[in-house]
Amino acid sequence: MVSIFPVNFTLSSYEKLLSDSQFWRSFMISVERVVLGLIVNMMLMILAAYPLSKSSKQFRAQKVYMNIVIFAMLFSGGLIPTFMVVKQLHLLDSIWALILPGAVPIANVILLMNAFRAVPKSLEEAATIDGASQWRILSTIYVPVVLPTIATVTLFTIVGHWNDYFSALVYINKTSNYPLQTYIQQLSVDVQNITDPQKLIEYSKISNRTLNAAKIVISTLPLLLIYPFMQKYFVTGIVVGSVKE
Amino acid sequence: MLAPSIVFLIIFSFIPMFGIVMAFQNYIPAKGMSGSAWVGLDNFKFMFQIPDSKQILINTIVIALWKILIGTLVSIVFALLLNEIRVRFVKKFMQTVVYLPNFLSWAVLATVVMNIFSYEGPVNAFLGWFGIDPVLFMASNHWFRPMLVLTDVWKGFGYGSIIYLASLTAIDPGLYEASSIDGANRFKQLWYVTLPGLMPTILLVTTLNLPNVLNAGFDQIFNLYNPLVYATSDIIDTYVYRVGLVQRQYSLGTAIGLLRSVVGIVLILSANKLAQKLTDYRIF
Repeated sequence: MVSIFPVNFTLSSYEKLLSDSQFWRSFMISVERVVLGLIVNMMLMILAAYPLSKSSKQFRAQKVYMNIVIFAMLFSGGLIPTFMVVKQLHLLDSIWALILPGAVPIANVILLMNAFRAVPKSLEEAATIDGASQWRILSTIYVPVVLPTIATVTLFTIVGHWNDYFSALVYINKTSNYPLQTYIQQLSVDVQNITDPQKLIEYSKISNRTLNAAKIVISTLPLLLIYPFMQKYFVTGIVVGSVKE
Repeated sequence: MLAPSIVFLIIFSFIPMFGIVMAFQNYIPAKGMSGSAWVGLDNFKFMFQIPDSKQILINTIVIALWKILIGTLVSIVFALLLNEIRVRFVKKFMQTVVYLPNFLSWAVLATVVMNIFSYEGPVNAFLGWFGIDPVLFMASNHWFRPMLVLTDVWKGFGYGSIIYLASLTAIDPGLYEASSIDGANRFKQLWYVTLPGLMPTILLVTTLNLPNVLNAGFDQIFNLYNPLVYATSDIIDTYVYRVGLVQRQYSLGTAIGLLRSVVGIVLILSANKLAQKLTDYRIF
């Protein structure tokens, strides 16, 4: 009988979890995915947001590219056609299938673009007079100035990759290659096929709830650790990035 | 600098768009897109003949509207309450705690929710204290929707309050001083100063929520539902997933997805226009 107040405190589930090799394998796949995904996303995001933040006077094709990006954000071919492209590229069952289809997170690009637009133009003008190239201006002026917004999109990106269970469900066939959230999602998947109320009651009795709860705690721990450090940035990041001049 | 991003967008966004032709075909994987027979609008006609389609549309809109309505109200009230806290440390701590659930995934939270609302879970234990018989929340077509709305609001209200909190700090303190000199008490100030000051933000956020009436929350429902509650909680997105990827009716799945995203775009564009008219704000 589960009640509101806990009884019989024990850490035995955590001991059992230590020797669960599939859990840790999935954990490491998730870590790998976050690291690779973060590198790819951040590079593409900054490189896309910077030119888009320029006025069409400075960057003549800005409007054209902006429309392409907005169109890609609003409209998509949908799940099944995207799946077929990934399959054609022979990416199924590889970690890149989880990273490349979402390599350019457009909502974050727009957030970053608005932050870049808020940087005073005189900074760039002064640097140009001193002979700095656009690459230099981006890396030594713009990126440091919008650091709060960069911290915000970094948090969003990490959380997005860590929490995503669905793309692995679609693109990964081998269950041993599942990232952690997909692995956790599969723990409760039996419930989703129950058609008899009585079975639902029985299921909640037999399932290994204590062990599953331990898995859940460990799976959210990494987020709980980074989140408090990022919090002060994302509040200002969201507000600054959403304001347009 | 833009080149790499554009290349990725072409491969993973624009090329799949050509896959939309499947919606107008009887697509058979072995024959490929060029070999499959064209059927015109048959998939769309069939879609409206499926007996469940009306119920699925109703489920989607009802769940989404409740989530938007209650979520907005709770966020505003919470922002107002939080704004009254003067001790910095307490305020910061509260913010950390309530923003947190937004960053947890439904894959994880679903397991927690299922345990809490299970037959022998804490909620039923609590009801038992008042002599109420245990309810099988997860299988009840009566309780499943309210549970979806409740848990979704719990997850998102803190994060949703950020924007209101930010616009509360932008209200001119002089207005409060002036009104207190005129003898307004705390509640009068709330009614005549704070709420009018918040109005543009409320209007803006509600307008921008308009496209979400078709978005009832795939991740949450997908992880929580079961065939027993399909009648009240099967939504367009979960239906497309089951038809398209589980039952492999690629053409029908693509057709439903296409119709949904076209209506979605119309809603997004109208929300953008409306927001621009009402509050001078443009999303893009």
